[in-house]
Amino acid sequence: MPSLKSRMLKLALRRIAGLVPTLLVIITLSFAIVRLAPGGPFDQEQALSAPVRANLERLYGLDRPLAVQYVRYVRGLLHGDFGPSLRQRDFMVSELIGQGLPLSATLGLAAILLAVLLGIPAGVAAALWRNRAADLSISTVAAFCIALPSFVTGPLLALLFGLHLHWLPVAGWERAAPRYFVLPVLTLALPVAAYLARLTRASLLEVLRTAYVRSARARGLGSPRILWRHALRPALLPVVSYLGPAVAFVVTGSLVVETVFGLPGTGRFLVQGAIDRDYPLVMGMIVVYGALTLMLNLIADLLYGWLDPGARHE
Amino acid sequence: MSEAAAAAGHGLWFDAGRRLRDNRIACAALGVLAGVVLLALGGPSMSPWGFDSLDWQHLAQPPGLGAAHWFGTDRLGRDLFVRTLYGVRLSLLISVLASAVSLVIGLVWGAVAGFAGGHTDGWMMRFVDVLYSLPYLFVVIILTTLFDRGSIAVLLVALGAVGWLTTARIVRGQTLALKRREFIEAARASGLAPAAIVVHHVLPNVLGPVLVYATLIIPQMILFESFLSFLGLGVQEPRASLGNLIYVGAQEMESAPWMLLVPAAFVVLLLVCLNLLGDGLRDAFDPRER
Repeated sequence: MPSLKSRMLKLALRRIAGLVPTLLVIITLSFAIVRLAPGGPFDQEQALSAPVRANLERLYGLDRPLAVQYVRYVRGLLHGDFGPSLRQRDFMVSELIGQGLPLSATLGLAAILLAVLLGIPAGVAAALWRNRAADLSISTVAAFCIALPSFVTGPLLALLFGLHLHWLPVAGWERAAPRYFVLPVLTLALPVAAYLARLTRASLLEVLRTAYVRSARARGLGSPRILWRHALRPALLPVVSYLGPAVAFVVTGSLVVETVFGLPGTGRFLVQGAIDRDYPLVMGMIVVYGALTLMLNLIADLLYGWLDPGARHE
Repeated sequence: MSEAAAAAGHGLWFDAGRRLRDNRIACAALGVLAGVVLLALGGPSMSPWGFDSLDWQHLAQPPGLGAAHWFGTDRLGRDLFVRTLYGVRLSLLISVLASAVSLVIGLVWGAVAGFAGGHTDGWMMRFVDVLYSLPYLFVVIILTTLFDRGSIAVLLVALGAVGWLTTARIVRGQTLALKRREFIEAARASGLAPAAIVVHHVLPNVLGPVLVYATLIIPQMILFESFLSFLGLGVQEPRASLGNLIYVGAQEMESAPWMLLVPAAFVVLLLVCLNLLGDGLRDAFDPRER
């Protein structure tokens, strides 16, 4: 009988191995979409002469059959080679994405952290003061934050805190200046925080109705102690299970927020790369972000399995 | 639950309608929505201006009730009242059509997978899982940039292509539950072809929950559409959509904040009301927990 720990480890390894075919399907599908679209990377305003274009296409291997290019691309990926950017000459795709990724990742991580710090206490407060003023105002604010997209809240926050109150810069980015980070992180965190608050409220209310909380109360335990020792841990399970989707939301959402606030992260590469038909750049973004989403989702899943004894046996 | 209600003389839809009427927030949201839709349909014709007509006397005018332009004008002297309402109209049209496209695909996919079962089901839902793991915003952005930019048909396909996944999952779940019911068994025993069973017995019965989900999918689509237009990938100038109005407004907010505030106010109204109505409908059809 293998121990619980080794079974968990085996499960985790199997799940990680399961990511490979999914990622391969993502790569294949997006390769097909990107390459079957009309237009090409060298259709600029000033038309290139036919021999120049043919030379360029030969240089990047674009003159070979599509299947050969596909095999080449996947083989390159296995060696960590994303290929050269077709439009930003002299740059490899991995350099470009590598330059932007730290900023995007910081933005996303800070937003998740802020969302947890704002959302869970707000949800607990709303559940404890159910149907009172605090609950109603938290629920109303949450409804607005969930409904509104970041390209609306972003400019509105910039208008209020940047132009009206002059507390923070409206947009832009200077090295090592956290002030430039406040509004983007807030914009990205608000909807996640609102959703976490809603989930926490609903699940804590459910837990507070259960028999073991009532019996704890009957034993004469005080409310803060019941909340801390008995109610909070099970109530947070659905909240943890939402972290996977939340991370996926933040990963794509950071692209939006970067565009809104003009931050030099990876976001600009996707849209510009697609407009320019810079095939390796677009593919690189899809592969990096697809893999990132899959990995983070898996981590959230495993975390959930580790916290919830019931899920371990499945 | 629905059997008991039916026995008392009320159907599921009747009960849901009554619960919805008792929900004051959802009713208010429905009223505001109806008002916005009516305004979007009738408003532009109340104004002497067209959505692309230029008024050189009033460039970047602030809003005012006595002014020539109620909601002000933009840099080119175009009337923001008319442009915003045109934007609402276009956003609503695109999002309702895209939702319809994605609902139809999702309904058929989910019903066939759930009803067929076995390997077919496994592969079909596996496909949905894989598409789920694609960052959906990427797919939409790439589809709209790579194919004819600004074409409404491409926008519809791109939005519909990402919207059907959740519908398919919901429908499959419902179909699996339905499959074990007696009337399906009876239909099968009477020799009806599987396709006919799906069309005549499965689809009508899964429509309720799917329609509830549709009220939640429409605001999603409005959001996607305006985001794409915000990026410059969706509706193109001189046509107005909520997204490109907000984009221009965000550029001009330093000197002309109303150019941001007017379209943003309409996005807030539409999205918040649709979400509240969706929540209300979900509670009305599924009143277990409050």
